[in-house]
Amino acid sequence: MSFKRSRRSAFVMTVLGTFIVFMFMASANMGYKWMPPADIVKTLLGYGTAKQELVLLEFRLPRIVLAILVGAGLAVSGAVLQAVTRNPLADPAILGITSGAGLGVNLYVVSGLMGTFSSIFALPVVAMLGAFATAAALYILSYKRGEGIRPIRIVLVGVALAAGINAAMMVLATMMNSNEYQFVYTWLAGTLWATNWQYVLALLPWIVILIPLMMLYARHLNIITLTEQVAIGLGTAVERTRQTLIAAAVALAAACVAVGGGIGFVGLLAPHLTRRLIGPQHQYLIPASAMTGALLVLAADAIGRVILGATEVSAGIVVAIIGAPYFIYLLLRTR
Amino acid sequence: MDSSAQQSPTSGKQGIPAVKARPVNAIVVLIVGTVVLMLAMGLAIASGPRSISLAEVWRSLIAFNPELTDHQVIYELRLPRTIAAALVGAGFAVSGAIMQGISRNPMADPGILGINAGATLMLAACFAFFPAQSYQGIMLFCFAGAAVSTALVFGIGSAVKGGLSPVRLVLAGSAISALFLAVSQGIALHFRVGQEMAFWFAGGVAGTRWIQVQIALPWIIAGLLAAFVLARSITVLSLGEEIAAGLGQRTGLIRFASLVVVFMLSGGSVSLVGPVAFVGLVIPHLTRSLVGVDYRWVIPCTAVLGAILVVAGDFGARMINPPREVPLGALIAMIGVPFFLYAARKERREF
Repeated sequence: MSFKRSRRSAFVMTVLGTFIVFMFMASANMGYKWMPPADIVKTLLGYGTAKQELVLLEFRLPRIVLAILVGAGLAVSGAVLQAVTRNPLADPAILGITSGAGLGVNLYVVSGLMGTFSSIFALPVVAMLGAFATAAALYILSYKRGEGIRPIRIVLVGVALAAGINAAMMVLATMMNSNEYQFVYTWLAGTLWATNWQYVLALLPWIVILIPLMMLYARHLNIITLTEQVAIGLGTAVERTRQTLIAAAVALAAACVAVGGGIGFVGLLAPHLTRRLIGPQHQYLIPASAMTGALLVLAADAIGRVILGATEVSAGIVVAIIGAPYFIYLLLRTR
Repeated sequence: MDSSAQQSPTSGKQGIPAVKARPVNAIVVLIVGTVVLMLAMGLAIASGPRSISLAEVWRSLIAFNPELTDHQVIYELRLPRTIAAALVGAGFAVSGAIMQGISRNPMADPGILGINAGATLMLAACFAFFPAQSYQGIMLFCFAGAAVSTALVFGIGSAVKGGLSPVRLVLAGSAISALFLAVSQGIALHFRVGQEMAFWFAGGVAGTRWIQVQIALPWIIAGLLAAFVLARSITVLSLGEEIAAGLGQRTGLIRFASLVVVFMLSGGSVSLVGPVAFVGLVIPHLTRSLVGVDYRWVIPCTAVLGAILVVAGDFGARMINPPREVPLGALIAMIGVPFFLYAARKERREF
């Protein structure tokens, strides 16, 4: 059984990996001037012309890498949140993290600071502040002395925070002029914004530290998804594990949302898709979800660049439009 | 197989179909609530740019005199608006209670059925492709959108092998919602109608006339009555699939009927005011913390409390910063979020 499952997981992950490599090649070209795949490989290995290096390494590659990181991070965050809260609806968006980042951006635009700084640098910073402030509020409000953080409470507090923040954003939306509105809501729809190496480097540590950390807890996650009594009976320090995992998942989501905008649906979709492909064992589910998420955002970003010609469609919109029907198909097919 | 997903968050002690109910509390809530609701509605009708005494409001209701401007203002502007607020509040709150009961998910609200997303999509389509619609036209579009998305969610949920489980229902609902919202986001950004939509949603019940109330009223009233009839079965279903089936309930049928009721209630409400769905989330939690988890009590109490919240919210929206209005949804969230946070701190096994 477990042997079969691990072979199946290995197979699924190989397929996902292959797709990611293909999508990587395609994304380096979609919506841009054609560059033959051989040249891409050559340039990546450091044998390209100066012009090719500039175009690929400075303009196209950061965006691709960012798509992969954001997708992977959101997907893992969603997978862990769903497990820890034992709620299939949990994801960074429904818990208010995405809204928090959006509120940061809203306030930044309404305050009129937009003209004074370079917004390509300022935007991820304000979004990050908003997301982390929300994450902190979520954590503090869900904490109760003597009980710690119970899953049901973090879920409810998250929904309430999201509702409150969305209401505030609604008020702000009626205060903006048309161009400001368009700007903010394009960001909220999930556009990869900070496409330069500084932000890739800023996001990278969160991903490479937090995802492996969660992998270490894979067995605990498998047990936590059973009932509480069983988990305690099997000797899992439920409370401590849970707090660590929630903090990690929320921080990961906040970092990703800061640069990726409202691509929140990935956090819900990728873990469910993956669970239906390989089952609920977290030692496989976490890496495979990361790959599914990366592939989804990578593909959505590339498709969004070409689908409507000159107008770019936000990756968040494309993710939902291609992801939701596939998810529904899986929902219909599997038991 | 889906072990992490199929666990209900509260599957602590099961097997005892004894339901916590507090009938005394419930009766108090109902009586006090109804009195407060009547007072709030009276106040809402009496106050505004033109102040009218409560006595005059009462006179206009029992002996309407078309000669008097005050009576005209009450009848043409304030009465339909206040009635709409009360209906919408009751509609959202009861449909939220039903959704949480049958899906056993504390995060569930009418939005989970795709109702808001369907209405939003049609609103975007209206503004982008058929501008210059009348209020009623837009309302019908929104209602149709809500109907289509509900039917899709329901169809997908039921077409699955093994039938419509709560988990599948909420997952199908969030998938359809995400899809419709993404498309409407795309339309809104591409045709630059997003802000227009925001203003429409922010407007709440402002500008509601009798004709709109007449369209939504039958759906919401019928939905409320049906909800009372279903209340007992919903209580049983909220104990869990196995227990309900063990007690001889036809769970599939009850779930189907409940969803139809949810659609009638929130489809009507959404097309009147747009997604003020937070009412549907906060009021059921609040009510259960007051009166327990017997839906025969929960449903009437949520109806009254929901109506109070929206009537008060609309009253506040007009009075805070006259003559401008604060967005209704924002005000309701401002009142509701602290309540909800409080209820969340106390929440244990409350279904």
